[in-house]
Amino acid sequence: MSLPTTPTALLSVRGLRKSFGANVVLDDVSLDIEPGQCVALIGASGSGKSTLLRCINLLEQVDDGVIELAGRDIADPRVDADQVRSRMGIVFQAYNLFPHLSVLDNVTLAPRRVHKVARAEAESRSMTMLDRVGLADKARARPDDLSGGQQQRVAIARAMVNSPELLLLDEVTSALDPELVGEVLDLLRDLRAEGMTMILSTHEMGFARNVADTVCFLDAGRILEAGPPAEVLGDPQQERTRQFLSRLAS
Amino acid sequence: MPLGPSSHRAEPSEPPWSPSQTELDRRAFRQSRTKRSAFISAISTLVVGGLVIWLVTRSAGWPRVQTTFFSWDKAVDSFPVVLKGLWLNIRIMLICGVAIVVLGLTLAIMRTLRGPIFFPLRLLATAYVDLFRGLPLLLLLLLLGLGVPALRLPGVTISLAFWGGVAIVLSYSAYVAEVFRAGIESVHPSQRAASRALGLSHGQTLRHVVLPQAVRRVMPPLMNDFVSLQKDSGLISVLGVTDAIQAARIETASDFNYTPYVVAGVLFICLTIPTARLTDHIAKKQGWHGAGGTL
Repeated sequence: MSLPTTPTALLSVRGLRKSFGANVVLDDVSLDIEPGQCVALIGASGSGKSTLLRCINLLEQVDDGVIELAGRDIADPRVDADQVRSRMGIVFQAYNLFPHLSVLDNVTLAPRRVHKVARAEAESRSMTMLDRVGLADKARARPDDLSGGQQQRVAIARAMVNSPELLLLDEVTSALDPELVGEVLDLLRDLRAEGMTMILSTHEMGFARNVADTVCFLDAGRILEAGPPAEVLGDPQQERTRQFLSRLAS
Repeated sequence: MPLGPSSHRAEPSEPPWSPSQTELDRRAFRQSRTKRSAFISAISTLVVGGLVIWLVTRSAGWPRVQTTFFSWDKAVDSFPVVLKGLWLNIRIMLICGVAIVVLGLTLAIMRTLRGPIFFPLRLLATAYVDLFRGLPLLLLLLLLGLGVPALRLPGVTISLAFWGGVAIVLSYSAYVAEVFRAGIESVHPSQRAASRALGLSHGQTLRHVVLPQAVRRVMPPLMNDFVSLQKDSGLISVLGVTDAIQAARIETASDFNYTPYVVAGVLFICLTIPTARLTDHIAKKQGWHGAGGTL
């Protein structure tokens, strides 16, 4: 089952399998992402999109398969997971900001505690990042005082502040109302234009179509169809994909 | 296109999944790690334990301490009496345990009742908790155990064990009420809203929605209080009731050999350890959400 990985890829997943008890959530999943690319994972809830992202971030221990980051298998238990994670950023659907810390402290936590950056340096870097997501004026606020869209932008700033090689985004707009979705998607579009490599799971088909280089349709833990958005979204080959997309359209 | 569809739907004839060589290699590594950890912890336990024993046994006063506190003959001699005393502790602890839960839960519910009508109940419960949480248990034991029988009220028992138990219940129920209240208040208001929206009354909401969640959540701290109760039941010995500690004290009186106290201590530990492990088990079961992974 282990097909060779792609040497040029930043991330190369081969034959990934993950189950929770008897429930097989990911079954023989393979995926490549080149530097600067954007991959969109689409599919129904429970199809395995989030689990795939969590496996890539080593938040889950995989049952089998290879996850190569820049040519090195990170699913191997000999690999230092914290070191690997510090090279990636992840943003969750429910923001997962730390409510007891200010916005600025949320962003500076990892630079200061993981990367041992001096406070002043970490704060100036974080302020630049907060400015980048348009929230420099909220630096002293608590996450609970912000709107959902603002919180999610802080979460993105927190994930981006360490200049990760890869950004993972798990349905980052699903908890937001339509008006707030726009501000987050605009930000992601800018990051994409700046050459950030990202994998995102999403229900925003318009965004996937416009921004992603590759769209993967997941169903019951398998990638049923993958390719440029125009092919997968415009002319799906699998009956299941057509069914999923037509339900979304209606 | 850098990637293609990785696979297609599993055919019924496809063989079941078996781990790849890479995965088998990972498993072997994890297993060797587990073995190494077990080995290291065994060695370090032996070293630390050995060091403590060595330090204690070579101290100048050890022979004297050994005969006074760790006399095997005296231990065997006093064991049946202390064990018989422990039976009283066990009975007190079980009966008090039930009374404490009932009273504590009632108080907690009284304190969470809303609305002006219930003000007297709230006030009463608050005053009760303030009073009995503030009073040292030992003081309460002496006041009730020595004071009430002295009143010689007609029809009221003068059993010291009974009044000792009452003192324990009064003190512990105040603590347990606060634990229950914390649990009740930790249930998110949206749960109440959902329940009331279905037409359930305040009482029904409490009974069918709030309490089941609250009790489950406070199970570990409650079990902690229960462990504490098991050993605090020994405090009634100050009233002269022949429980395990009092029995041990009587045994020491004849020859000033304190081994019976050690026997009582060991018996109490044997009593509390199963409860402690049960607490751990419950806490672990609750803390496990299935998505924590390897973190």
